[in-house]
Amino acid sequence: MASGKSGRICRVAGPVVTAEGVSPRMYDVVLVGELKLMGEVIKLVGDKTVIQVYEDTSGIRPGEVVVDTGAPLQVELGPGLLSSVYDGVQRPLPVLMEKQGDFVSRGVTAPGLDRSKKWKFKPTVKKGDDLHGGMIVGEVPEGNIVHKVLLPPGVDGKVTSISEGEFTVEEPVGTLDTGHAIKLAQNWPVRSPRPYMDKLLPDIPLVTGQRVLDMLFPLAKGGTAAIPGGFGTGKTVTSQQLSKWSDAQIVVYVGCGERGNEMTEVLTTFPELEDPKSGKPLMGRTVLIANTSNMPVAAREASVYTGITIAEYYRDMGYDVSLMADSTSRWAEAMREISSRLEEMPGEEGYPAYLASRLSEFYERCGRVNTLAGPTGSISVIGAVSPSGGDFSEPVTQNTLRIVKVFWALDSKLRERRHFPAINWLTSYSLYNPILEEWYRRNVAEDWGPLRLWAMETLQKESELQEIVQLVGSDALPEEQRLTLDVARMIREFFLQQSAYHAVDTYSPLKRQYEYMNAIRHFSDLSKKAISLEVPLDKIVSLKVRADLGKLKFEETIDKDLKSILPEMDRQFAELGV
Amino acid sequence: MAKEYHTINQVAGPLVFVGKTEPIAYGELVSIALPDGSVKRGQVLDTSDDVVVIQVFEGTGGIDRASGVKFLGETIKMPVSKDMLGRILSGSGDPLDKGPPIIPEKRLEIIGAAINPYARDNPQEFIQTGISSIDGMNTLVRGQKLPIFSGSGLPHNDIALQIARQAKVLGEKDEFAVVFAAMGITSEEAQYFMKDFERTGALKKAVVFLNLADDPAIERLLTPRLALTTAEYLAFDLDMQVLVILTDLTNYCEALRQIGAAREEVPARRGYPGYMYTDLASLYERAGRIKGKKGSITQCPILSMPGDDITHPIPDLTGYITEGQIVASRDLHRQGIYPPVAVERSLSRLMGQGIGPGHTREDHRAVSDQLYAAYAEGRDFRGLVAIVGKEALSDRDRKFLDFAAAFEDRFVRQSKDEDRTIQQTLDLGWELLSALPVDALTKIDRKFIEKYHPMNRKK
Ligand SMILES: Nc1ncnc2c1ncn2[C@@H]1O[C@H](COP(=O)(O)OP(=O)(O)OP(=O)(O)O)[C@@H](O)[C@H]1O
Ligand SMILES: [Mg+2]
Repeated sequence: MASGKSGRICRVAGPVVTAEGVSPRMYDVVLVGELKLMGEVIKLVGDKTVIQVYEDTSGIRPGEVVVDTGAPLQVELGPGLLSSVYDGVQRPLPVLMEKQGDFVSRGVTAPGLDRSKKWKFKPTVKKGDDLHGGMIVGEVPEGNIVHKVLLPPGVDGKVTSISEGEFTVEEPVGTLDTGHAIKLAQNWPVRSPRPYMDKLLPDIPLVTGQRVLDMLFPLAKGGTAAIPGGFGTGKTVTSQQLSKWSDAQIVVYVGCGERGNEMTEVLTTFPELEDPKSGKPLMGRTVLIANTSNMPVAAREASVYTGITIAEYYRDMGYDVSLMADSTSRWAEAMREISSRLEEMPGEEGYPAYLASRLSEFYERCGRVNTLAGPTGSISVIGAVSPSGGDFSEPVTQNTLRIVKVFWALDSKLRERRHFPAINWLTSYSLYNPILEEWYRRNVAEDWGPLRLWAMETLQKESELQEIVQLVGSDALPEEQRLTLDVARMIREFFLQQSAYHAVDTYSPLKRQYEYMNAIRHFSDLSKKAISLEVPLDKIVSLKVRADLGKLKFEETIDKDLKSILPEMDRQFAELGV
Repeated sequence: MAKEYHTINQVAGPLVFVGKTEPIAYGELVSIALPDGSVKRGQVLDTSDDVVVIQVFEGTGGIDRASGVKFLGETIKMPVSKDMLGRILSGSGDPLDKGPPIIPEKRLEIIGAAINPYARDNPQEFIQTGISSIDGMNTLVRGQKLPIFSGSGLPHNDIALQIARQAKVLGEKDEFAVVFAAMGITSEEAQYFMKDFERTGALKKAVVFLNLADDPAIERLLTPRLALTTAEYLAFDLDMQVLVILTDLTNYCEALRQIGAAREEVPARRGYPGYMYTDLASLYERAGRIKGKKGSITQCPILSMPGDDITHPIPDLTGYITEGQIVASRDLHRQGIYPPVAVERSLSRLMGQGIGPGHTREDHRAVSDQLYAAYAEGRDFRGLVAIVGKEALSDRDRKFLDFAAAFEDRFVRQSKDEDRTIQQTLDLGWELLSALPVDALTKIDRKFIEKYHPMNRKK
């Protein structure tokens, strides 16, 4: 029978290695072969142990040694995470580059947190205080925030000593009466959710500055959203826009099985951008996990867990975190690849039968919660989905839609006409709308909800009218309906379309969004009056103010322009006799 | 000396199963000596105490139980050197041109390690291909991977050749090289490429790998890796600007499917293996630039979409990995338009980084957005006109309809040796747009209209 800390390899098939003579627990990390490649136990059968290896297994042969580390896959949590760039198992890519050069080779480990850096620690508890797991013991300035140093969950005791000063993540800053040494950093197994007190209703929006999202299909802080779309429809640009502009305090961006150049783009643009909230560099609130498509597939599988665990850690300090996973389909494919090597019975399209439960376990780790420390924190998750053939009926999209509350459906037809963001306004939805309405009413405008409804109704009417237009042309419609078509067109082209690459247009605060849509509605109201006075529609459409309304979103002076355009509209319509 | 085994206990399709060996490494290179004296090469796909599974590159025909199997103790490596420029090699890297063997300056693993994302440099140098539908609308930049999605009978080879001939980075005199890898194309097609390389003198600066239609299918898994290893050597060791043309990826994927079927793996869609995305990524991601290095690898893979279906797994997975795609249109081709680039379905994701002031011209983004929008609008009216006739359109709508036709006829269409500068391309765009009412140019800032619109320029 298998027993002991080490054994030997008996089979190597790609990323899956089988060993005998070693008896680890499920999900323990093991070191495989003479190169000590990092792997994780994913199956125990008889006296055999099946391991997924996070690095390329070329050159590994049966007979080589396998050593159990006795610990599951964990991440290091502490000051220094912000601004970091990790691979899927939290190895810092800059350190790997220093050690190995420009290409990622094998068998090199590096701790997730810098061992030599000293952090300024200031305790917030004192000797004699009774503490329980998850409580805040002190503060360290990190990136754009104050890093709250947390007691690991499950650790309780009375403070016997604690001191202010400069410490590395490994040095004790104090002790408990149980003998526990308090440190700036702690480890946490990635596949176990970190505990919290209780979940709260997500009733505050995550403001993204993207008009179509905030106005029509908002996401709540602590909510879940899926962005499915065929290739090139805008999943990555949307995820990046959210990591740049959303009003989260911490952003975890997981590049899961996607392109190397996209990570480079983030790495070159983020340091130059400002956090819209704090005005500090964007990188200072961001953790980047980059396990690109050509990096080992098992590490890709782990990357999503690494990301969500880091997100939970900052949530536990009481921050609003948003996590982008681009793309969850690559994660699912990694599961499929491993599962197929295990010769497991496949479900739909070859995906393992546990696909649905893995997806829902992952999305369950987000939410708005009361933390163990007291204050509320939240994790919002935005998962990109890359359906094969762009067909939303495939298993990953379908299983995701069963869980998430917001659906931003990207549409290749819109993409072909360069309508960006290519989010289909007829098929997308947000189940948070009713819960968030109150917040918008109090914080932006009394009639935010009705305005939103008006816009949606106009778009809905347009799509019905379009069916007729396809058959007979728009000239055959009565003026009033042609007006509806034109107003819907203004909503689409002026308001919904938003260029991620335009310096002004890329971000639109809520107040501005409201005023913009309101101006379109005002134009619509005046036009209706004009038509009832038998002003021909062509005259209305060629009003200068209509063209101006379309272009002001590109001007630095937009907020001023939005104020002055209403009286200007009244003036130009007055000239038409309204 | 490596030990020789005569313990083959199963041959199935491209796979050979060998029993009772010493411990053999995963990925190890294998040579199999046949009774007739010929030798075939293979690679270990699965290794255990009892059996080793080998994928044989040159086909398993002729292998019998008595064939001798040797494990060579290393993974597959290839010799590289500067002298490879100008050479024509087989799909497994042996000289086909009767030239001398390659004297290696280095021997490199052909399974390239991933570039550390942190070591990558942002691709942003505009490559002028001289083709308006690419330069103007779907701009290529150095270090990008931009495939051509085509179909049987469409002139994708001409487009690739025209790119290879005309591609340049403005104002630079760097060393260029082309690495060309053919996978399963006909010898006639290969000849077409070779002739053009010879005619233009490009061959001197090219390394050619040929796996033709009648060469072993499994060898196709090797060919692009040899090509990309060579490209990495030229780019990152010798500082050259390398353009890699891979054709036809569809044949590569068929070989992948064949291996999957032989291993009785559970397939994903349409019989292709579940790891095809990862496998293709291990090719396509070998493009880009590295910080502190002068050279670059730009990839232009060609694939023919089975049944012109862009949702077929091969173009689909490719599109998910590459940085955009140039789609060839059968409709345009039927109308006699060359290059038949379906502008609306094509995309270059790195365009934004390679255009604008300092790269091309300040109005580039605006002009291209406007051309797209106007072309899309014009195309929409075509369906309507087919039903209700042109008369039913308003004057404004008719202008858009005519614009779409002019766009295809003048902007997209150009001859095979017409090398347009980016200025010419953008000016042509303005000229076509000037047929539309100025207030319809909603995507263009006022300041550009004042500066570039023909009505203002003439003054
Ligand atoms: N909001 C936007 N503004 C301007 N352009 C956009 C926007 N969204 C998408 N695009 C355009 O669409 C292109 C493709 O977008 P993106 O890379 O996000 O697609 P994707 O859905 O992530 O594709 P893939 O699945 O292949 O990764 C971008 O390069 C850009 O040109
Ligand atoms: Mg993407």
